[in-house]
Amino acid sequence: MSGRRTALVAIVCAAAIAVGWLLFVGLPRWYGRPVSSPPPPPTTDARADDVRKITVRLFYVGPDGTRLTSIEREVPYAEQPAAQARHIIDAQIAPAAAPLVSAIPSGTTLRAVFVTPDGSAYVDLGGAIASGHPGGSTSELLTVYSIVQALTVNLPAITSVQLLVDGKEVDTLAGHVDLKRPLPRNDGWVADAAEPVSPPPTPPTDAPAATPPR
Amino acid sequence: MALTASNGQELIALDDLASAFQLAVREERGAVTVAYKGRTIVLTPDQTIASVAGRLISLSVPPQHSGTRWLVPLDFITRALTPIYDQRLDLRRPSHLLIVGDLRVPRVVVRHEPLGNSARVTVDVTPATSIAVAQQGPRLLIRVDGDALDATLPAFQSIGFVQAIRLADATNIALDLGPRFASFRSATSAIDGGSRVTVEVVGNEALAPPAGPAAPAPAVTDQQPLPSPGGAAGLRTVAIDAGHGGDDAGARGPAGTAEKDVTLNVARRLRGLLEARLGVRVVMTRDDDRTLPVETRSATANNNKADLLVSLHANTSFRPEVSGATVYVAAFSDADLAVEGLAPERLPVFGGGLRTIEVVPWNLAQIPHRAESERVAQVVVEAMRGRVPLAARAVEHAPLRLLESANMPAVLVEMGYLTNAEQETALAGADLPGAVAQALFDAIVRVRDTVSGSAEGPGR
Repeated sequence: MSGRRTALVAIVCAAAIAVGWLLFVGLPRWYGRPVSSPPPPPTTDARADDVRKITVRLFYVGPDGTRLTSIEREVPYAEQPAAQARHIIDAQIAPAAAPLVSAIPSGTTLRAVFVTPDGSAYVDLGGAIASGHPGGSTSELLTVYSIVQALTVNLPAITSVQLLVDGKEVDTLAGHVDLKRPLPRNDGWVADAAEPVSPPPTPPTDAPAATPPR
Repeated sequence: MALTASNGQELIALDDLASAFQLAVREERGAVTVAYKGRTIVLTPDQTIASVAGRLISLSVPPQHSGTRWLVPLDFITRALTPIYDQRLDLRRPSHLLIVGDLRVPRVVVRHEPLGNSARVTVDVTPATSIAVAQQGPRLLIRVDGDALDATLPAFQSIGFVQAIRLADATNIALDLGPRFASFRSATSAIDGGSRVTVEVVGNEALAPPAGPAAPAPAVTDQQPLPSPGGAAGLRTVAIDAGHGGDDAGARGPAGTAEKDVTLNVARRLRGLLEARLGVRVVMTRDDDRTLPVETRSATANNNKADLLVSLHANTSFRPEVSGATVYVAAFSDADLAVEGLAPERLPVFGGGLRTIEVVPWNLAQIPHRAESERVAQVVVEAMRGRVPLAARAVEHAPLRLLESANMPAVLVEMGYLTNAEQETALAGADLPGAVAQALFDAIVRVRDTVSGSAEGPGR
């Protein structure tokens, strides 16, 4: 009798714990994950012995201070565009060693990258990209386009990029550049001294380097 | 009450205060005791420290003996008398008012700007109070709700249609109107912690200024030759946007100059020039240090049907050596341009019925005005050349949110780089802001003249 009661109590307790886990841990884990979210960090899909790398172009403040200049860098390879985009943004927002000057405020973190089937990438960055931004149209344009170009120039699957801050859509970073919709690649913000922007995998837009296309 | 000045301090006789406030004053053992309803103030000659109901306070100067009377500094009222008195005492030094009890005596600051053939009188009242403006015979009465006014009036010279600004009685400010008075309009708005009424008084242009009985003389004679006053011209309203403001200081220079201050400074200079010398209506998105979202700025220009929007900013670069002014025009992607040409919709309107209304996405409102904005940018750069240092690329095209949503020709002027130490000094000074305002004024005159000369009129 008392043994049966104890067993019953134990079963009820176990059931309560299971329901609790489901409510507070399990369900949020299943439903909290955005549908288009990237697979878990792609470091896992790289073999420990030979990490595949690809060469990409990253963008930094050019010598005249009003355009970007690009350099080649190796980043880990990933199968999925969102995972590959993550590797590229991680490299792009990392502090730059002199003489490179980064247009990304220091302390900027990458929270997530989403890629939609129509080729728009949503890059969710930590608040430092806005709070640490020096302001001014020139700086803001270079900050925004170093990320837009880093994705659109290197990944054919991505044709436009929208920046999110702390998971939310924002009007602007510091009051100038419209971030309410995805921005397409714009080679007008890049002025490379000798060589043109690397043979882009996307169909080139044939924009003159001096003035961005309208 | 009589005040005695001594060493730059205003002193008041203790006897006078005693009779006004029913205070008992006694002198004993070298100290002066002031009593009110059982509470006492003890003053010691030649000491700035006094005891008020057992607590020590300090006065700006010690009590002084003058003949048979004791003189105390004015701060005796605020520091010693207020704590023991059972009614509120409020000393308003500039106006020499001592307010006893809960009277409503709003502070009123009246300012006046002559603008050629009109004058703007701004009345700021704190705290927020209702203000009414009415014409009564040969004067305009500005009535402020309250028991009395603590008013600061401007030094004023008769300008033909307004002859004097004075306090008519306890709660009315009068503008005495002259023979050239034609009309007035007033608008009330809220300011930080108060109310503001702006009265614009317009003079009669037909009646020439008294001195010149000959040809119709321009209303302002002490300025450079006036461009012909805007009449049929296409440029009637200019919106000026002083970038950033309030919590958003914008960019900062190495010496600490805030972009929001530079932009407001130039905006006010430009407004002054436009109103005094071009006679166009000027709408400012902000005229003080306030936080303003970008939408509100373009909405102000759109809702006021401005014919031109000029937004003022100061730039930064990640390279401190970069300098020079840049004029930005909105840029749109091919995808944006594909949206253009939304079919007009039949929409129900207030009062019943349907009307054909063109629906424009907010952030694409600029699209039909791109060519004109481009022209304005070129004219601005030409006007700046030689007067304002220009960047290597003086005109840029970028997806700037403010410009995209402006439903009129619009440019954003980055006047110089705050990250460049030399330019920061220039932007914080008077010369460069003055030069920028003058160049923009000249550019707007040119834009106005060419707009009105062309057959197509304002592109709206």
